[in-house]
Formats: sequence, C-alpha cells, structure tokens
Amino acid sequence: MRATPVPEFMLEPAYDPSGSGRDPIGAGALATKGLNVRHGTILTLEDINVSFDGFKALTNLTLYIGVGELRCIIGPNGAGKTTMMDVITGKTRPDNGVAYFGETLDLTQMSEVEIAQSGIGRKFQKPTVFEALSVFENLELAQKTNKSVWASLRAKLTGEQKDRIDEVLQTIKLDTSRNRPAGLLSHGQKQFLEIGMLLVQDPQLLLLDEPVAGMTDAETEFTAELFKSLARKHSLMVVEHDMGFVGSIADHVTVLHQGSVLAEGSLEQVQADERVIEVYLGR
Amino acid sequence: MTMPMNQTLLARASAKLGPQASIAVGLLVLAILVAMPLLHLLPADNALHVSAYSLTLVGKILCYCIVALALDLVWGYAGLLSLGHGLFFALGGYAMGMYLMREAAGDGLPAFMSFLAWTELPWYWYGTSNFLWALCLVVLAPGLLALVFGFFAFRSRIKGVYFSIMTQALTFAGMLLFFRNETGFGGNNGFTNFRTILGFDITSAHTRAVLFLATVVLLVASLYLGWRLARSKFGRVLTALRDAENRLMFCGYNPRGYKLFIWVLSAVLCGLAGALYVPQVGIINPSEMSPTNSIEAAVWVALGGRGTLIGPLLGAGLVNGMKSWFTVAFPEYWLFALGFLFIVVTLFLPKGVIGLLRKKGEQ
Repeated sequence: MRATPVPEFMLEPAYDPSGSGRDPIGAGALATKGLNVRHGTILTLEDINVSFDGFKALTNLTLYIGVGELRCIIGPNGAGKTTMMDVITGKTRPDNGVAYFGETLDLTQMSEVEIAQSGIGRKFQKPTVFEALSVFENLELAQKTNKSVWASLRAKLTGEQKDRIDEVLQTIKLDTSRNRPAGLLSHGQKQFLEIGMLLVQDPQLLLLDEPVAGMTDAETEFTAELFKSLARKHSLMVVEHDMGFVGSIADHVTVLHQGSVLAEGSLEQVQADERVIEVYLGR
Repeated sequence: MTMPMNQTLLARASAKLGPQASIAVGLLVLAILVAMPLLHLLPADNALHVSAYSLTLVGKILCYCIVALALDLVWGYAGLLSLGHGLFFALGGYAMGMYLMREAAGDGLPAFMSFLAWTELPWYWYGTSNFLWALCLVVLAPGLLALVFGFFAFRSRIKGVYFSIMTQALTFAGMLLFFRNETGFGGNNGFTNFRTILGFDITSAHTRAVLFLATVVLLVASLYLGWRLARSKFGRVLTALRDAENRLMFCGYNPRGYKLFIWVLSAVLCGLAGALYVPQVGIINPSEMSPTNSIEAAVWVALGGRGTLIGPLLGAGLVNGMKSWFTVAFPEYWLFALGFLFIVVTLFLPKGVIGLLRKKGEQ
C-alpha cells in the first residue's frame, strides 16, 4: 500500500457491521480490464491543494474510491465538490498533491481527453447535451469507440452498437423520443440523456454532479435504482444535495468542508457527527 | 437504419418542400449552368448567345459560392467564425496568377519585376511556369497557412470572437504584406495582363467556357463533399463541438483534430475557388485580402442560412447578383443596401433565406 499516512478519519474500506447489505469495498475482485486496480482502489487523491488567486478551493484533500463503490459526496456550497471533480477530470490542475486513476495513471499529467478515454465519465451540474442532435445521435457520439478524426469520417454503426444504444434508450426511458432534437427535451429528460451518454461511454469511474436536480420524485427514485444497479460493475462518485436521495443510494458518504474531508462514513454516522452538524447548521 | 438522423437541414428542407421539387430545382439550375458556357460559344448575333460579360459575372459568383460553402463548413457546422477567408481565396488566386504571369512573360521575367529592375526570380517563383506545380501551390499555400495558424490557435483553445478577430488580423497582415513591392507579388497592382493558360488564349470563348465548366464541377464536387461530411459521424461531431465543446471532450473526443481538419479543408476549397476566379476575372491584387471582403463572405452565409449546404450558395448568389445590379443602377448606395440587408437578416431571418423557404414549405 501507499506510504502516505492515512488521516485518522479516513475509514478503511470495510465491512459495515450494521449490515447495510454491502460487500466490503476494495476487495479488488472486480478489477476491470486495461486498468491496474490491483489494490482495489480506482481513484486515489492525496494531499491535493488547489487555489484560485489566493482562495484555497481544496486544502490537503485526501480521498480514496474503491472499485465498484458508490460514494456520495456532500458538503455546503463552496466546499470544493465541483473543484474536486475538475481536478479528477483534468479541467483544473492541482497546485500539488497526488491523483491516480487505478494504480498507474497519473491524472495530473493527462489531458482532459486522455482522462475521458482512459475511462472516467462525468455528468455536469447543468445538464449538457448536444442540443442540435437527436437523442439517438447524442448516444451515438458518446458511445465507446475509436474517437479519432479518421475513424469518425468512416464510422458506421454496427448492429451490436445499435443494439446497445437501443438498450440504453429503453433504460433511460427515452425510446419514444429517440429522433427528437435533444434541445427539445425537458430538464429531467436531459438529465437522463446525459446519464445515458455516460452509460454508453462505459467508463469505469462515473462522476455525477447533482444528477437528480430538477427531477420529479418518481424520476429520482428511478435514478436511485439505476445507480445502485450500476455500482459494482462501475465505480460511482455522486455529488448531491438531496439528502433523501443520498440516503437511498449511499452506504458511504464523504463530507467536504472548506476544501478538505470533514467526515466519512455511513449517512447515519456523518449525520450524527458533531462537526458536520456544526458546518451545516452554522455555529 | 431509420433515416440517418443527421440528414441535417438539407434533407429536412427537402422533406418539407417535397424532395422531388428541390431535386428538380437543383437539376434545373445545374442544367442552366452547364448550358451557359455552351451558349457562349454560339455566334454573337444568335439570339441565345450568352455574352462574355454575363459568363464572367456568373463564373465569378460561382467562385464566391464555393467560398461561402467553405466558410459555412467552419462557421455553420463547427462554429468557428472566420473573418479571414478572403486570404485563403487570394492565396489560391495568387498561386494561379504566378503561373499566368510566367506564361505571359515567356522566357523573360514577369513585367512588374523588369519594371523594378530585378534580374532574377525570387526563390518562391521557381517552378511556377509549370502548371502542375502551380496547382500544387494553389492547394499548399492556403492549406499550409491554415494548418499552422489552426494548429496554434486550436492548441491555445482560442474560440469565439477572439478567433474571429485573429483571422481578421491575419488577412489584414497578408494584405499589407502583399501591398509591398519587395514581397515580389506585384505590389498594389497585383497580377494582370494575362495572355494564355496552357497555351490557350485566355480571352477566347472556348477557354472561358472550359474555365466556367471547371468552376461548376468544383462547386458540385464541394457540395457533394459537404453533403457527405454533414451526413457522416464527423459532421455530427462538428455540430456537437459547436454546441457543447466541453461535453464532447469529456466524451473522449479531442476537438483540436476535428477543428484542424475542417479548417484546412475549408481553406483549400477557398484556394481552389480563388485559382478559378483569377483566370476568369483577369486580375488579382491585394485588395482581395481586405477584411471587408471576408466580412462580406460571412454576410452571404448568414443571409443564406448557416449550417445548411444550400443556404450559403443562395446567399452568395443573391448578394452578388444584387451587388452587380446595384453598382450599375445606384453605385453610391450599394454599401447602404448591404448593411440594411444584413440588419434585416439578423433581426427577422435568424435562419437565413433557407429558413424562410422552409417555413413557407411547412405552411
């Protein structure tokens, strides 16, 4: 394992005796092809610091995500949640610190495109889809395939790829809108389309920034089911404000505050934590 | 596959107008364009004779149509508004002009060089008496410039209005450079007094007809190329790039390569159009690089309807048709009319003339 000392509040990926029905994370059994996850950790962030003109957005942030884990990140506004995602996806470079995807890929040295190609998918806070293209075409572009210029010039969908898109269209319940321009979808439908785009991209780690914002209760519930079914095959990191939603999916929650990890554990544990209460309710 | 979804605007337009109708109109226009040079070959007293003036005028407009199409590929599809496409057009024109000047000069130096008392050709003029090398230059000069400019601009992620300003500055710099006599391209007079092309008299009816037909072929080929690109996944990636570049990057596409490809392709098309323009019009000078020319090209595209393939052709045809009428009838009011037209289009026809036609088709 790493030599870096683990802060005391970091939970070892461990079996939860209260029996939330979740397997121990970090068993390493679900190692995915192409990515070295020998130690069962898909994402490693250690001592990350980011500052913008003197404002420290992230301070010594240390966080590990296990293979197949579904992790929720909560925290008040300005806690650094989005900045953290920016660091992971290469949009923002940390001033210092270590960021590894799997055991070997140094995220601080890779471009945004390389990071996306290596298997990290991201859903933005504001749903971002290709508005002029149809729902089907949005999924077609997102699909995991060779994405070079030459490949695109000659690309033709294979039957297998079409089936996969059809399948995802069913999953996200947009089958009947497949030929509609994505710009005409409702806010909730756009959220689902963006999630669908992540599904066809088939990343090993999904970063989801407020995925249920603007969704109806039924849609939120459905999304919770969807995410739970994705975990284990994929690793998920979900940033969300909706505590009900967090409670329904996560058995492992990380609380960020002022750019570093304040508490980590099950939702009950962090909700009972004095410091968390103080941060959320004000002092 | 169900109707490929990116049948984009062209197909959607034709679906509404009725595909037969638009194909019929297209074929009719093509037939007229092919007939024009043939009718030009008729004796001058024949009622159907097309004058050299009309043929040159239409040939010139067809070259502008190719520029409009090329500009639309980068602006309408990829969202890169270039205000410097006149530079690529002029470079192609100058490359062809070099060949024509060498033809006119025979074994001696081109006239303007003798006038400057130069005794030998500058190095970049070597080989220009060879038609094939001149054709290579027509492609290489705009293509390489676009490649280098695009490489650095896209690497630095220059977008939007900053990109437009830089292209504008580039064409302005090119114009200043070519205005200098020392640059070796005839200074502010440019190239003129061409005599022959491949040994044929450049003013003869047959040569004019062939040049006109070559322009028609290039236009149809560009249109076909644009159509194929728009229908391909490449075209859909460009549209995605225009609307949500960040999303596309997080999908694993590197926008730089896509932008560079369409940017260089567009520049080369402009260069080819310029190369056909020069022998037909008989002159090329640095004013072709003036920023106003490039801005006018953007007006053609906006007026016709960007993001469609037919729109820019309509726009270029309409504006230039009006221009040649106005500059004869009310020469001093042309620029006012152009400005007025642009304001009307921006306010009332956001999708251009083609958007208007499509609306009519729906009703």
